[in-house]
Amino acid sequence: MIRVVLPPHLRNLAQVKGEVELEVLGQATPQTVLDALEARYPVLRGTIRDQTTRERRALVRFFACEQDLSLDPPDRPLPEAVAAGKEPFLIIGAMAGG
Amino acid sequence: MSGVRVLVGTHKGAFVMTSDAKRKQWDISGPHFTGWEVYHVKGSPADPNRLYASQNTGWFGQVVQRSNDGGKTWQAMEGKFAYEGEPGTHKWYDGSSRPFEFKRIWHLEPSLTDPDTVYAGAEDAALFRSTDGGQTWGELPALRQHSTAPNWAPGAGGMCLHTIILDPKRKDRMFVAISAAGAFRSDDAGKSWQPINQGLRSEGIPDPNAEVGHCVHRIAMNPSRPDTLFMQKHWDVMRTDDAGDTWREVSGNLPSDFGFPIDIHPHEPETIYVVPIKSDSEHIPPDGKLRVYRSRTGGNEWEPLTNGLPQSNCYVNILRDAMALDSLDSPGIYFGTTGGQVYASADAGDSWNPIVRDLPAVLSVEVQTLA
Repeated sequence: MIRVVLPPHLRNLAQVKGEVELEVLGQATPQTVLDALEARYPVLRGTIRDQTTRERRALVRFFACEQDLSLDPPDRPLPEAVAAGKEPFLIIGAMAGG
Repeated sequence: MSGVRVLVGTHKGAFVMTSDAKRKQWDISGPHFTGWEVYHVKGSPADPNRLYASQNTGWFGQVVQRSNDGGKTWQAMEGKFAYEGEPGTHKWYDGSSRPFEFKRIWHLEPSLTDPDTVYAGAEDAALFRSTDGGQTWGELPALRQHSTAPNWAPGAGGMCLHTIILDPKRKDRMFVAISAAGAFRSDDAGKSWQPINQGLRSEGIPDPNAEVGHCVHRIAMNPSRPDTLFMQKHWDVMRTDDAGDTWREVSGNLPSDFGFPIDIHPHEPETIYVVPIKSDSEHIPPDGKLRVYRSRTGGNEWEPLTNGLPQSNCYVNILRDAMALDSLDSPGIYFGTTGGQVYASADAGDSWNPIVRDLPAVLSVEVQTLA
């Protein structure tokens, strides 16, 4: 079971509260987690990664275990603690402001 | 009992405002989609309870929302917007070529007859259509693939397709406008397009009379006269009586012929409304006075409408999609400002009152006349 934390706007869009728990087939990577997330909540397609290129949207970041995984290859395995459900996979709207 | 429903898109969400035919007391719901930019909300002429809304942020991209109950509840649609085939290129501000890249939907135009069919105008300029209530979208690519498209260039607000007008008498005819490419017409339901910019003159482009390249801000049609269109261009208010084949200027005595919205009285097709803005470099009302101007003569002769509008120290802007008229016997006019006010007139513009004063910057205003 993979735990995913969505930013507030996407929780509203997907109509979920709190963390999302996902069953991921095979190895847990950003790509397989996002595939499972989008399969559960199709309305999130295009909001985290481009629907055509599948690339991460520029102002969305992926954190876990106090690491920034945003620039990792999408098929790199997530940390063991994430794969084991001990730590969440955080999807973050990049902070911006004046 | 008849009434109206005003649909307002803002920088931080959407609002739905309803009133009876007196248009004095308003019930306001929202914000819907809080924190998202809502470029446009519009209802289906075929089913007034069917609404579509375009919400977007730089973080999470484009979402289309649909309501089947007049805006009480909303459902996010899953469809994506993708250019068909090779995206092609357009001109960038520095004259270089740049690929078309989807950014957002500026305008949603529901079919006149089918609540499940809706058109969407995109930035970078392209026209999309859904025939399943917004669930899936397909591009009508002939417009973006027009032979002039490699020479289109964005206006300051981006290269947006912001106006879509469906002809009520010729079912395959539609008009669109793109900043800053100009106006285009299709007579075959979007399979092919022709620029309709003859008569437009824009001093800010190398050839002021060019076939394309004009910064058209808005076009309006009264359905009773579909061959007559009025245009607020970057500078100049224009008119055509031959479906865009030729245009002539009708700016007349306006204090400034720069502006964004333009609209037409529902029962008097020669009565038109604009909101003059001082200049393209300032984007504020002339003299700090917020004035709607009305022409009852199809242009050239204009009168200021000021009763109830601020006549000093007012420096808001009114954006291109932020004015609309209802079709009650005494038609109501509504417009929203970048200062967050939504003003309403229940007497065709003779007097005005704010429905609300402190919304986020208003991007769009539409109105539905309810039976």
